[in-house]
Amino acid sequence: MSAPAAAPVLSARAVVRARRRAARRRFVADFRAQRAGVAGVAILVVFIGLALLAPVLFGSDQLQVTKATGGTLQPPDGSFPLGTDETGRSVLALVVWGARVSLLVGVAATVISMAIGTLVGIASGHFGSWLGALLERLTDWFLVIPFLPLAIVLATVLGSSLLNVIIVIGVTSWPGTARLVRAQTLSVEARPYLERARVLGGGHWHQMSRHVLPNVMPLVLANTTLTVAIAILSETTLSFLGLGDPFRVSWGSMLDNAFAAGAISAGAWWYLLPPGVCVVIVVLAFTLVGRALENVLDPRSREG
Amino acid sequence: MTLIATDVPSPSPEDDRGRQRRRRGGLAGFAVRRLLTGIGTMAFVLVFNFFLFRLLPGDPIALYTRGRNTDREQIAALRRALNKPIGEQFVNYLKNPFSSGVDSTQFSRPVWDVIGDYVWPTLVLLGTATVLSAVIGIAIGIKGGWRRGSTFDRTSTAATLTLYAMPEFWLGMVLLILFSTGVGVFPGVFPSGGTLTPGLDPWSVDGILDQAWHLCLPATTLTLAYLAEYALVMRSSLVDELGQDYLMTARAKGLMDRLVRRRHAVPNALLPTITLVFLNIGFVVSGAITVETVFSWPGLGLLSYQAIRGPDVPLLQAIFLLFSLSVVAANLVADVVVAAVDPRVRT
Repeated sequence: MSAPAAAPVLSARAVVRARRRAARRRFVADFRAQRAGVAGVAILVVFIGLALLAPVLFGSDQLQVTKATGGTLQPPDGSFPLGTDETGRSVLALVVWGARVSLLVGVAATVISMAIGTLVGIASGHFGSWLGALLERLTDWFLVIPFLPLAIVLATVLGSSLLNVIIVIGVTSWPGTARLVRAQTLSVEARPYLERARVLGGGHWHQMSRHVLPNVMPLVLANTTLTVAIAILSETTLSFLGLGDPFRVSWGSMLDNAFAAGAISAGAWWYLLPPGVCVVIVVLAFTLVGRALENVLDPRSREG
Repeated sequence: MTLIATDVPSPSPEDDRGRQRRRRGGLAGFAVRRLLTGIGTMAFVLVFNFFLFRLLPGDPIALYTRGRNTDREQIAALRRALNKPIGEQFVNYLKNPFSSGVDSTQFSRPVWDVIGDYVWPTLVLLGTATVLSAVIGIAIGIKGGWRRGSTFDRTSTAATLTLYAMPEFWLGMVLLILFSTGVGVFPGVFPSGGTLTPGLDPWSVDGILDQAWHLCLPATTLTLAYLAEYALVMRSSLVDELGQDYLMTARAKGLMDRLVRRRHAVPNALLPTITLVFLNIGFVVSGAITVETVFSWPGLGLLSYQAIRGPDVPLLQAIFLLFSLSVVAANLVADVVVAAVDPRVRT
């Protein structure tokens, strides 16, 4: 090229990078305008921080029944800000440690659920043949099977451990995502650039991974935070029913223990309230972030 | 808003042509097609239920007898039942899906007999809570959606989102500790559980009042837990209608705001919520399991809890089947009813 000193020639990659940076900046700015979403993020940061710092704040020996120092179901006082449980452990220490399991299960189960849901959704939308129809039917079938009874059956058969709880919640909560992704896939596949890709000889994998997936991802992202909220609630419910890991403290298992130890008839509100309040705050935070993401990514749903 | 309503059918481009063609089939054709799909789903649930307990790892006999004292003869009988060819087992299962060939390990009775005793209290509790939550939730949704951004709207959205984030059994325990045990200024006036004070005749006037008194707290818990979703969905579908041309027409005719809302906007916005009330049976059932446990309400939920704690696998299997089939049936009824009311959805 002998053109006289034009603007610096950008490579295609650099253009893409610049566009992505701009898109990210726009996204962050849009998200900041959603006050409820920002509040949700702030709450989550606090809880994740607490969960990570749990071993520093309260030594793990505080969780051992044999080393408990308090009395049975002791009301809050100076040394135990949230009172004690039925074995004399500090409820505050239990709640902080419980955040670890609840958040871990919520996030890990969501990852499984998203992976299955996205895969099934894209495949059922992309393949118009019998495979797509079969996957769609499968999604519909799993959508009608009531979640908790199925989760209970699976958890009972698999046995209680942390990993099994994650698996059970993950493999029972994907159909909603799959249906959402399928609808989005169908609308993407109808666009001309996919026809172009097909005509140029792009294979199934190329079409799905290069064209459909990037267009479906934003939706999946917003859906993810909402699914985490539901997964945390599910973990709480399963643990309350005694199907969680018996050797780990989670908010659900605390409620199970409180119920079994007769905290209700003893009037031990300090044992019942904290784990439930934590669940409500964290689930609400994830829901607010998810709604804010939806508003940012899908302007149609934006409200005044 | 797709917070919860992910299972409300969304139109997709490929469906449009099909809808044009199929609409001519009319309601009867739609009902028949829907019935066939429903039967297909039920068949899937039956097959799934059968293989779920046979494909998963582990010794089925150990699973069936975990936590129980069993003598050698019982184990031998179980082994004979489970060692039959899989085809024969499947045929036997199809003849009577609820028996699974093994009695309930806790009650030592056929599982179907056990379940029969527990159906009625669950129907009463869930029926009350569903009606109340639908009525209250829809009313809140209409009021908030119509005056979008008002103080009522913002307060009710915050409140319903909080209720939605609450584990329903925890809400039940909090209500129990406040209004049954009594803490601080809260009076402990309500019973702590069960359906009837022992010694009362359930069919006398006192007995019926006493049962209603026992129903108060669990029904309140479930109503609060369910109404959040109805209010949120009703609000968002009313908001969707707000910009429509027919509302402008109604206003231009000089109708009062109240009449525009009641005669024009609400009937159109009501449908998704009504559908949701039916589709939610699965969610409702899940709430019943934990809340009945907290209130010792002798229904299917408490029975499930006992089956889990056993664990009583044959009973669990039958309850799972019952819950799944009722959800499929409820979905079927919902679709046909909605299609009868609204021709637009006959796809």
